Amino acid sequence: MGQQIDVNHLNIYYGNFLAVEDVNLHIAANKVTAFIGPSGCGKSTVLRSLDRMHEITPGAHVTGEVLLEGKNLYAKDVDPVAVRRDVGMVFQRPNPFPTMSIRQNVLAGVSLNNRKIAKSDADDLVEWALRGANLWNEVKDRLDNPGIGLSGGQQQRLCIARAVAVHPQVLLMDEPCSALDPISTLAVEDLIEELKSDYTIVIVTHNMQQAARVADYTAFFNLKAVGQPGHLEYFADTSTMFNNPQNEEAERYVSGRFG
Amino acid sequence: MMAQPQSSPKADKAPAIDFDKFNPTRSYTAARKRKDVAMRALIILAFVVALIPLVSVLWTTLVHGARRLNWDFLSHNMTNVIGGNQTPSGGYGGILHAIVGTLEITLGAMVISIPIGVMCAVYLIEYAGGSKLARTIHLLVDVMSGIPSIVAGLFAYSMFAILVGPGTLSGFEGSVALSLLMIPTVVKTTEEMLKIVPNDLREASLALGVTKQRTITKVVLRTALSGIVSGSILAIARVIGETAPLLMTAGYIVSTNANLFSGEMTTLPVYVYQEYSKYHANCPADAGSGCVTGIPMERAWSAALVLIVIVLILNLIGRIVAKVFAPKKK
Repeated sequence: MGQQIDVNHLNIYYGNFLAVEDVNLHIAANKVTAFIGPSGCGKSTVLRSLDRMHEITPGAHVTGEVLLEGKNLYAKDVDPVAVRRDVGMVFQRPNPFPTMSIRQNVLAGVSLNNRKIAKSDADDLVEWALRGANLWNEVKDRLDNPGIGLSGGQQQRLCIARAVAVHPQVLLMDEPCSALDPISTLAVEDLIEELKSDYTIVIVTHNMQQAARVADYTAFFNLKAVGQPGHLEYFADTSTMFNNPQNEEAERYVSGRFG
Repeated sequence: MMAQPQSSPKADKAPAIDFDKFNPTRSYTAARKRKDVAMRALIILAFVVALIPLVSVLWTTLVHGARRLNWDFLSHNMTNVIGGNQTPSGGYGGILHAIVGTLEITLGAMVISIPIGVMCAVYLIEYAGGSKLARTIHLLVDVMSGIPSIVAGLFAYSMFAILVGPGTLSGFEGSVALSLLMIPTVVKTTEEMLKIVPNDLREASLALGVTKQRTITKVVLRTALSGIVSGSILAIARVIGETAPLLMTAGYIVSTNANLFSGEMTTLPVYVYQEYSKYHANCPADAGSGCVTGIPMERAWSAALVLIVIVLILNLIGRIVAKVFAPKKK
């Protein structure tokens, strides 16, 4: 089952630069929440702060809190490595490990941490994750082939399989389809639809049709001017966002009359 | 298209452009072709000129070196060799002790410098960022890659003189001197290899809840491994031919010493140098036709050939290892 996330007064910094200002957001469990907004408004930054990937950039830090099912991810005694096991992430460009086979890629989250896993357990986990990512039927006969030999769309689903294999509660997706062709995009979108029964999904997208298609809720981020911090402008369920937004900026953005 | 300035009633209009004017003329195209031919000829010529010394060295070494290169030469050392006379085994002495010395001392240098060099590069790329310490280390590595090999020899010699005692000579001392020359090369090539590992992979690993240490050892170093191996082989190829620092630190003996940590050792380059210094061997008047006065030079050539072959084999091994570890598509 997925878990809900509450973001309270989150300010995100790169060094001294305030990149995103005062975000307050509720991300519902087992729903798809989309982040939209113009380039540079900080939607990816917010996404990366939900699994503490933001702070691997030198100098980056946050204030405020992110509550995963009530537990603050930024509490002092929380290990960021443990957070990333509860909150998985899929990136813009498919990034399977080039030295690993398809099977090893799926098992990477387990094996890289040197956890011993019996072969039969590993076989089950690989099949479960690849079935979960709608990739099993395409690759079941060549699990020992290199992961980077797959097509772009298959690689992205392999990355999703790799992310779900560590069994997170939440899946973050940073423009997961922007490097894919329309057919692969459709496959990934169908997959998102299926995954939301097991995971809470947050997706950043530049494609508003995609947000309209896959998301239950949509958050619109905006920035006043270049160099100014981004902020959460408007949050609504997706049909309101795209049909009847109660916010002028959001209305102009979703109808394409922006700037 | 010709410009037609009068036809426009509007005054505020973009200027009409005759694009035909910008097309390359026939003479320009011809000139470009001539230049292409000339530059091609020049580049091929430069390539041939660069090849001449290389082929010449290989050929000369092969011709001179093959003469005395046989199993007896490879399996004996220089004990019981008197002047240009034949030894009881029927040969004229050999290089077994020098091959053993070269392999052991180089292996010792590898064992010291590759871990230090790789760890230094990992620190610089994965941890230090652009910090002051990192920049200082960078500078030091650059300076170190420029130190003359004789200085490395002096350093190792004086270090062992202080730690072990004055006048100490041993194979390991030679390894230390060589590792000083190897470390900068290993650091630099490893750094370059780590830089080209896509950041995506680090993020993918961290996002799976893998610790930074495991990300570095299992993903970053693993992905860069093939490049690190070939870089290290290059570094070895550079130091395996060093003579001066080894003459100072490992010394020169005629018998085989397999103990890296005690006693003098001979390496192939030092052997070549020593034989070349003798130039002539004495043949007493009553010596038979088996006595060869020019034998030292012939031994030097054969040893040089063996050294080249060892470097070649190392390169081959490096290529094979690099290929095995390289990321594959199919």
